[in-house]
Amino acid sequence: MSKRVGMEVSIAVGEAVGLCNVDVVAAYPITPQTHIVEHLSEMVADGHLDAEFIPVESEHSAMSCCIGSTAAGARTYTSTSAQGYALMSEICYIASGLRLPIVMNVVNRALSAPISIWNDHSDMMMSRDTGWIQTIAENGQEAVDLTIHAYKVAEDPRVLLPFQVNMDGFILSHMIEPIYMPERSEVDAYLPPYKPVIRLDPQKPVTFGPVGMPDVYTEAKMAQDVAFKNSKAVVIEAWKEFGDKFGRYYKPVETYKAEDAETIIVTMGSLSETAMSAVDHLRDGGMKVGLARIRLWRPFPTEEFFDAIKGAKNLVVLDRAMNFAGDSGPVCMEIKSILFDRGHSANVFNFMAGLGGRDVTVQNFEEMVQKAATSKAPAAYEIINVRE
Amino acid sequence: MVEIRFHGRGGQGAVTSAELTALAAIEEGKYGQAFPSFGPERRGAPVMAFVRVSDEPIRTREKVYEPNIVVVLDPTLLTIVNVEAGLREGGVVVLNTSKSEAEVRKETGIKARLALVDASHIAMDTMRVPITNTTMLGALLKATGLIKMDSLKAPIENRFGPIAQKNIDACARAFEETKVEG
Repeated sequence: MSKRVGMEVSIAVGEAVGLCNVDVVAAYPITPQTHIVEHLSEMVADGHLDAEFIPVESEHSAMSCCIGSTAAGARTYTSTSAQGYALMSEICYIASGLRLPIVMNVVNRALSAPISIWNDHSDMMMSRDTGWIQTIAENGQEAVDLTIHAYKVAEDPRVLLPFQVNMDGFILSHMIEPIYMPERSEVDAYLPPYKPVIRLDPQKPVTFGPVGMPDVYTEAKMAQDVAFKNSKAVVIEAWKEFGDKFGRYYKPVETYKAEDAETIIVTMGSLSETAMSAVDHLRDGGMKVGLARIRLWRPFPTEEFFDAIKGAKNLVVLDRAMNFAGDSGPVCMEIKSILFDRGHSANVFNFMAGLGGRDVTVQNFEEMVQKAATSKAPAAYEIINVRE
Repeated sequence: MVEIRFHGRGGQGAVTSAELTALAAIEEGKYGQAFPSFGPERRGAPVMAFVRVSDEPIRTREKVYEPNIVVVLDPTLLTIVNVEAGLREGGVVVLNTSKSEAEVRKETGIKARLALVDASHIAMDTMRVPITNTTMLGALLKATGLIKMDSLKAPIENRFGPIAQKNIDACARAFEETKVEG
């Protein structure tokens, strides 16, 4: 039986990685990811986790090690944030192109300059097109559960893709909160040992990562895209099995009081809970407000998302990363394109909030909803909480 | 939901105080949340840490702007930080000070209910260090009854290992010696 414990979320994620029985951890410390890899390093040093901890000299090397170890057949883990992700990103494309089921927590943080160690989704949005499956956690329990789920999906022979589990830096990673920690036997029953389809083996030599001449590159990308699209069904199937085993069920898009809502807030990550409090408060005041929380970011759950919001007149879409002088923020662009394809004419308000650690309060959400309910959407996005 | 703001200086253990409070609440089966004011930590600089305790799941991650309780670990902060900022009606300020209520009110202008304890003295006496985190938890418990002393034991033991008992003693002594005004 899972035990309810109070724990810092980063430590709990480290424990979850340990429960997944990883063989290799290759990571470079960077705030706010640090506590996860510190904890894993301790677990290895204390003999609680039988794994190779590779203290690399950079994130670029971390991902390179992950590629080598996964190709050799080892279950592999890494974690990073912001500038560390930026340095690593060159190699992230190679991990997905080689179909290597690496799991990584990105503890989301703003990109410099100005130098900021605080939370937003700049790194997550930068990683959008790397070909990694991506989920994002709302709270500590999800950060633990989604990390275990990530290995289940990534290593499935029908998928074989790297998996990025996002979690907000500080406002989630550094929180102490109650978490049900699964038992090792429960995780073992859910997550079978990693059995690579092909691997680097001196007895049976294969080549990983050769040149793709113009006559095969397009086909390789097509094959990757097909696998990526097909992974959605496995993501959902693995959540169903997770729910049956652990009693906590997850969906690609979750709604909160959205059924009869005229205005729906769209969020990702740990601010979703703050938005829920705003929904409750506005409902008390008689406003028909709901919430749609996107948990699966890639592959994007288009049908599930449209089903969740199709009844709304107004959408309040929160973006937490800049798309300088684009039509809207990266999340809102995705949503506008889905609405356009389906001929839906919702009034879409796009707010940028919580950049570089700026607090986003219940009241901020209430103000966004009030604005959406009483005015016509401007063509441009609006950055809120700006001192002028 | 009860919201607490801890004020201390980097190194005095304000963050640890907040964490232990939340862990004790979770130990009691309640919902608890603790977090620091995130940033590059510097020894000696004013720091804050926040706690929420509730019977319901806690659905916000914003900083605590309107606390029910403020705990001040270092008396020298009183003249440079407005520790009373945002304190809710009927709230209480728990102070580490060797001064009397009248002196504190005169020097700081604090109008809220006060709970006073000479935590620096107790910490030096019991543990030989001027770190007042666990000591001030005794004062917090006396002033508010928010959590039970017993619930703090396991979190303190997990955190402090061989020096846990001294911390528990300091906490218990502060509980006895804290004067809750009004």
